[in-house]
Amino acid sequence: MNALEIKNLNVSIDGTAILKDFSLTIPKGEVHALMGPNGTGKSTLAKVIAGHEDYTVDSGEVLIDGENILGKEPDEISHAGLFLAFQYPLEVPGVSIANFIRAALQARLPEGEDINAVEYYKNLYAKMDALQMDRKFTSRSLNEGFSGGEKKRCEILQMSMLEPKYSIMDETDSGLDIDALRVVSEGVNLMRGPERGFLVITHYQRLLNYIVPDKVHVMYDGKIVETGDKELALKLEEKGYEWLAPAGAGA
Amino acid sequence: MSTTFPSTEKNESSPSHAASALPAWFTERQALGRERFDALPMPSAKDEAWRFASASKLDPEILQTVEKAPAPNRTEEAMQRSVLVNERSGKAVFVNDQCVDFEPVSEELQAKGVRYLTIEQALQSEAALLEKYLFQQKTELGSEKYFELHAAFLKAGSVLFVPRGVEIEAPFVNYHWLDGEGACAFPHTLVIAEDNAKVSLVDVFFSVDGESKGFAAGVSSIIAGAGAKVFRKVVQDWNESTVSFQLDNTSAGRDAEVKSVAVNIGAERARFENQVTIEGAGAHVKLYSLTVAEKRQEFDQRTLQTHNAPNAVSDLLYKNALLDRSRTIFSGLIRVAEGAQQTDAYQTNRNLLLDPTADANALPGLEILANDVKCSHGATTGNVDEDELFYMMSRGIDRRTAMQLLVFGFFEEIIEKVESDELAEGLRTLIHQKFEKKIRSKQLV
Repeated sequence: MNALEIKNLNVSIDGTAILKDFSLTIPKGEVHALMGPNGTGKSTLAKVIAGHEDYTVDSGEVLIDGENILGKEPDEISHAGLFLAFQYPLEVPGVSIANFIRAALQARLPEGEDINAVEYYKNLYAKMDALQMDRKFTSRSLNEGFSGGEKKRCEILQMSMLEPKYSIMDETDSGLDIDALRVVSEGVNLMRGPERGFLVITHYQRLLNYIVPDKVHVMYDGKIVETGDKELALKLEEKGYEWLAPAGAGA
Repeated sequence: MSTTFPSTEKNESSPSHAASALPAWFTERQALGRERFDALPMPSAKDEAWRFASASKLDPEILQTVEKAPAPNRTEEAMQRSVLVNERSGKAVFVNDQCVDFEPVSEELQAKGVRYLTIEQALQSEAALLEKYLFQQKTELGSEKYFELHAAFLKAGSVLFVPRGVEIEAPFVNYHWLDGEGACAFPHTLVIAEDNAKVSLVDVFFSVDGESKGFAAGVSSIIAGAGAKVFRKVVQDWNESTVSFQLDNTSAGRDAEVKSVAVNIGAERARFENQVTIEGAGAHVKLYSLTVAEKRQEFDQRTLQTHNAPNAVSDLLYKNALLDRSRTIFSGLIRVAEGAQQTDAYQTNRNLLLDPTADANALPGLEILANDVKCSHGATTGNVDEDELFYMMSRGIDRRTAMQLLVFGFFEEIIEKVESDELAEGLRTLIHQKFEKKIRSKQLV
């Protein structure tokens, strides 16, 4: 199937269940928003799909176009077509943005084949221009000393260079002012299309004014409790999450 | 493999054979050095100044080794490989303390009073200058015995004198080579930058081959006058059968800016003492070091930042990356004298452990007698950050390459401080050669 499929996923950390029989399918060409209060498992979901090893997958499957990626190394999952835009992109001293993205692209080439440097820089600069990033950023250390907005732009730059099949945007709107939010959203919108699927994780409805979702899911205590269209996000904005709390679940 | 024998050929052009009588004050200092060397006890791990160091492995018969040391043999090869920095104002190449190549300073700079000479030349033509500055700075970090050994056998090295107000952009480059089994060297670097002078230099320490046992005891002194700017870069890549001492001393005058960047890659055991004394108000001193240790190498670093004058800044950053069963010791002290108010003094030691059997020791210290100062010291020791690794791998970079990028990133913070593309590239090559073999041969985590 042409989709990112998460099937009956159960995940725990140190014996505490975080994702509880979580299922979600994002077909290619669609943008799904995942909303929900803090601590409900949204970021865990993102990290587990990307292959973070701190979590124990008790059962379930994650498929990219039918291929299971659970248990694979993060780099293999990336090669399979997944991109995770981090909520808190890490600062990596001494590794320039240009070298970093280049290494990521190089890793996709067959052994013995090298990236064409001229083409690479042409492409990189074009994408940076679109994201209104100063070209001088290429030689700066990855995210080191960047503002919140610069870090998120840098995530979008990486995504647009790597051209994944599916992108998970983990709270990409956090820490952004309205201008940065607009630029970042445009970057995402430019990549929308029939060949790509998005899962946009956010607390706030605000982002969804810029990145209009096909579907909105509400996550609570490790699973999806409500699914709707973009109107659902507006309703959440107005009423909060409490009305969706499953009986007996602590908020 | 190459076997070396002491050369029996005389090198006619070598300045060491052209020397006439040495000044009496110099031969007396040499004799005194010998006396003091004999009188001083061998260092012991019980001495605070040798804590954690393998003092017991020091050769008590080092004098015999020095006296039996071979003459240079592969001088051509050493000359051809002395090409780390091509944009320069002068160059000297020494092999086993014999000068085999010397490129003097331009006539234009000479006319302005700049002097760039070998120690031997200076003993002839600038004896008064040398007498005034040579061995005037003390060493007090534990290797006094080896400082005296250096004084006793000193004959090679360079003297750089830059008169008031003269600014020189391209660096002076001194190469010191060890060649052959049992080779010894006592490299000396003396820099006198008068008020508002500006100068930079590179000291390079190499071995001709990878196996021969060697010994080196080097000393450097930088005397920076008021407003002078001095930038010294050190590349130490002796082979891993060499025992090395490098005893550095800097004195910074009012508003002087002195910076040093040392990259330590080689030697079986390397002891590195760096003392900086701020004598003038408003001076600004930066001390950077990067060490890449592997196998059973031991790097023993002792530093002292002394502030005797107010409103000055000293900033030290020593980074060590450790592979295999290698060891590093960082022991640093910031000493702020009474009256050195508004001092900013910092000391940071970062150790990156790439093998669970590697051993990084940190002994940071402060001794502050003034009451209005900003001082900090800190040491961190840890592995490659797993979160950074995950971040990189999530972009499709395999674990090994991600490790490599992170470790090279750790190095890069210091490498870029040499402020020379040419030298930075040379350093990357040296480090990557050492490191890539490792990273290919085994998983580093």
